[in-house]
Amino acid sequence: MIEVQHIHKSFGDNHVLRGIDAQFEAGKISLIIGGSGSGKSTLLKCMVGLHNPEQGKVLYQGEDFTRMNFEDRIPIRKEIGMLFQNSALFDSMTVEQNIIFPLEMFTDMSRSEKVDRANFCLERVNLAGRNKLYPAELSGGMKKRVGIARAISMSPKYLFVDEPNSGLDPETAILIDELISELTEEYQCTTVVVTHDMNSVMGIGDYILFLYKGQKWWEGSNKEIAHSDVQELNNFVFASPFMKVAKERF
Amino acid sequence: MFFTYFGQYLLLLKSVFRRPEKWRIYWKEIIHEMNEIGVGSLGLIAIISTFVGAVMTMQIAFQLVSDLIPTSVIGQINRDSSILELSPTITALVLAGKVGSAISSQIGSMRVTEQIDALEIMGINAPGYLILPKILAGITMIPILVVVSIFLALTGGLAGGALSGAVTPADYISGITDGFIGYTVAVALVKAFVFGFVITSVSAFKGFYVRGGALEVGQASTRGVVISCISILVMDYIVTALML
Repeated sequence: MIEVQHIHKSFGDNHVLRGIDAQFEAGKISLIIGGSGSGKSTLLKCMVGLHNPEQGKVLYQGEDFTRMNFEDRIPIRKEIGMLFQNSALFDSMTVEQNIIFPLEMFTDMSRSEKVDRANFCLERVNLAGRNKLYPAELSGGMKKRVGIARAISMSPKYLFVDEPNSGLDPETAILIDELISELTEEYQCTTVVVTHDMNSVMGIGDYILFLYKGQKWWEGSNKEIAHSDVQELNNFVFASPFMKVAKERF
Repeated sequence: MFFTYFGQYLLLLKSVFRRPEKWRIYWKEIIHEMNEIGVGSLGLIAIISTFVGAVMTMQIAFQLVSDLIPTSVIGQINRDSSILELSPTITALVLAGKVGSAISSQIGSMRVTEQIDALEIMGINAPGYLILPKILAGITMIPILVVVSIFLALTGGLAGGALSGAVTPADYISGITDGFIGYTVAVALVKAFVFGFVITSVSAFKGFYVRGGALEVGQASTRGVVISCISILVMDYIVTALML
């Protein structure tokens, strides 16, 4: 489980996060949603240690990650898998090298064991046989899937996903959501997804955290969201005419 | 402002020299960088050094108009100028442009495409993994390139002198061998070592802290080259003042 307590983060005069508290449970998919500039990506970056919050704590199984130095963070970081918005695959490496890179750094597995693990991860994301391709030779959806394969190569306890569906067609976006859902169940990991995509919200959101102007404005499940009377949340989730009709039918 | 950046640079160097996670992986990267910096720059350095040596011989001959001065002096002046100043400094300035810009743009691109964030989240010391192999390759390969450059500058001088008729090969060879002081080569190697460190670390620093996109990566690369060139000239003065 991951717990964030009273997180504050500013960039100069811009106070982006204003005291966020939330709990993200193991084996469940938690979504962080909100408009542009609401602080959701900043919150995710504070959780994984890419930003240091000015106040507050991020607790991994009760251990305060924000107070740890680089060396102390390594054991927790080995248990983290992350898919970035633009996949962040290493350009100079093939698909296979990207996936086995964390294994090379942190395990004593033999070459064949690492390749077997890469093949397993690639099969898991339906990209078997694409080992020798370079990221530049992949489509956007394939890059995301390779990013997921790399994220699960070390069997993560915590899976972070930043805008998994951005730039993807609706069909591929649904496939990615299904994959995240299956992997969360398979690894029983704590999955935190930052998204704008309403299909994801309604489809896989076990727990949804809605941020508005850097504050926690609403939290609940995808079943509760349709019945919420929070104006800002409704304006965000049911912005399109289609979603408004859908809400009325719930 | 200068002290802020200098402090940030020192803190980055502290992270760079943290103990590597796995030396085997780093070693592979070091060999790769040695090939990129050393072998990749050999042709350019060879052409520049040969022509600079040839031109130096002709210019020295042009300025030595007195019949009282033996022509073998041309070889001596060319030797000492090439060893002490021209080869280390010109090699370093050329490599600041070629290698330095490549380092800042490579690391800068990795920063803006979140590849550095990906390394950090995996628990890898990103400054160490990305910058340490480049620095180690720089401080080993640039002195080797400088030695090659000195040899080719002197050979170029021989060819230039013979082709232009400014000095006979026998006089030139006598000039470059008479009164040779080995210490001057040590000065050149110390300069090359320092320049290798400056080029790789300053360029990597500019790339590592890029914010923005492709435009900012280009700007960081340019700034990296400019700062490296100025730093090379300042360090050239300091090393010369300390060692000669």
